[in-house]
Amino acid sequence: MYQSSDAIPIFLNGRPMKVAVGTTAAVAILQAGDKSRTSLSGEPRMPLCGMGICYECRAQVDGRMHQRTCQIVCSHGMEIVTG
Amino acid sequence: MTGSADVIVVGAGPGGLEAAATAAEAGMRVCVIDDNSSAGGQIWRSGPGERNPKTERLLRRLEAGRVEMRFLSRAVATPAEQVLRIETGGRFTDIEYSSLVLATGGRERFLPFPGWTLRGIYGAGGLEAFVKSGFDIHRKRAVVAGTGPLLLAIAAHLREAGARIVSVVEQVPAQRLARFSLGLLRGHVGKLMEGAAYGLSIAGIPYRTGSWVTSASGGEQLEKVMIRSGSRILEVPCDLLAVGYHLVPNIELAQLLHCELEGGYVSVDALQQSSVRGVYCVGELTGIGGVDKAEIEGRIAGLAASGQSDGAKPLFMERDRHARFAHDLDAAFALRDELRNVPTASTIVCRCEDVSYGALVQCRSWREAKLHTRCGMGPCQGRICAPATKFLFGWTSPAPRPPLFPAEVETLAHTTDVTA
Repeated sequence: MYQSSDAIPIFLNGRPMKVAVGTTAAVAILQAGDKSRTSLSGEPRMPLCGMGICYECRAQVDGRMHQRTCQIVCSHGMEIVTG
Repeated sequence: MTGSADVIVVGAGPGGLEAAATAAEAGMRVCVIDDNSSAGGQIWRSGPGERNPKTERLLRRLEAGRVEMRFLSRAVATPAEQVLRIETGGRFTDIEYSSLVLATGGRERFLPFPGWTLRGIYGAGGLEAFVKSGFDIHRKRAVVAGTGPLLLAIAAHLREAGARIVSVVEQVPAQRLARFSLGLLRGHVGKLMEGAAYGLSIAGIPYRTGSWVTSASGGEQLEKVMIRSGSRILEVPCDLLAVGYHLVPNIELAQLLHCELEGGYVSVDALQQSSVRGVYCVGELTGIGGVDKAEIEGRIAGLAASGQSDGAKPLFMERDRHARFAHDLDAAFALRDELRNVPTASTIVCRCEDVSYGALVQCRSWREAKLHTRCGMGPCQGRICAPATKFLFGWTSPAPRPPLFPAEVETLAHTTDVTA
């Protein structure tokens, strides 16, 4: 679907991975099979609404806490840390 | 930091872009803000490196004018009369305006059911957005469920993206749907539904009307959903569930500005002006009616906000037709009572604060629920659970207070430098 030359290197929880150009941080999390956060009662949660409303996709991006990863397009070397 | 504009447009979807382009063509200084990283809104969202041709055409009209576009930006507060506080990447700007056009669109309505927090369950529009942003769903078995005219189109798109659509599940009974479809087959949404239904039926995908998801289960990941279909209960194995119950308008900013509401939507006059002078509302805010309605309302608001009210008059009749259509759409896809019995005591209703149905059922109002359970007090500020509790319990939630979204301390603490 995408050419590998278009792939962007990022880090998800310290692990290097490559995503296609235009991939959002939320999709990188989904694609890797990770959770985006842990709920108050300890449930793993994944992105839900895809449009910046629900906050289920929030994670740390490049050192900034509680970012809505569905609104952020992956950039070269981006570091995403999920809870 | 401060700035000023003749017209601020909040929301760069079809309605907002049309309003902005129309005002800019009349020589207005326009500022467009949007929460997303690019223009087009949810409906014209495009994949990596692409852009919807309709968005493209509107952006070209904007480029010719005095227009400032601010993406990844949100209106968080109204620090003074005719001043909007906008946060971008943790920094805020106060912008003074003469007219304000709200085109904040809608969001999916989610209704809770047992298991709905499992991996593999997404909003219907949500999953479509993820797919457009690179999520690979090749060969995944997907159920598309909920209600609304978009379900079929979403199912068709997911299929194009490589998913195996197991079933499309619509809670509206077939009879009501047929009556409704006959009335609108000539309209955009009718064509959309008809086309998608045709494509899916060719592929042998069942469109189950009068049916709804009663629960989902699995270990680490969704494995199956239970579907109530007439008198039967069906067990449907699947990897993905895309579920949404039509749309609700994003009225929070309009509420913060004290715009009057009626039936859950913002009341507007013939020129799209709300009860607050100089504040215009277009698109889903005034009734869930889709792109065509948003565009013509945006055009009317753009004309009105740039002193060309007379030029808007020839558009009223068509706009009124779209407004009636939005009304019919709400009636056609009204939620059935049985959906209120779907959650069990342990079903999470407020996902931010993990508040269960069992805890909420003991409360008598939204206010009491907030005080006793923290329902609606998490970062989404009730945007997901308030529409659900409105349906489940009949609760109404009061107008929001600033900040409209979780904001940086500096944004909250600062008084405005603008002397409006």
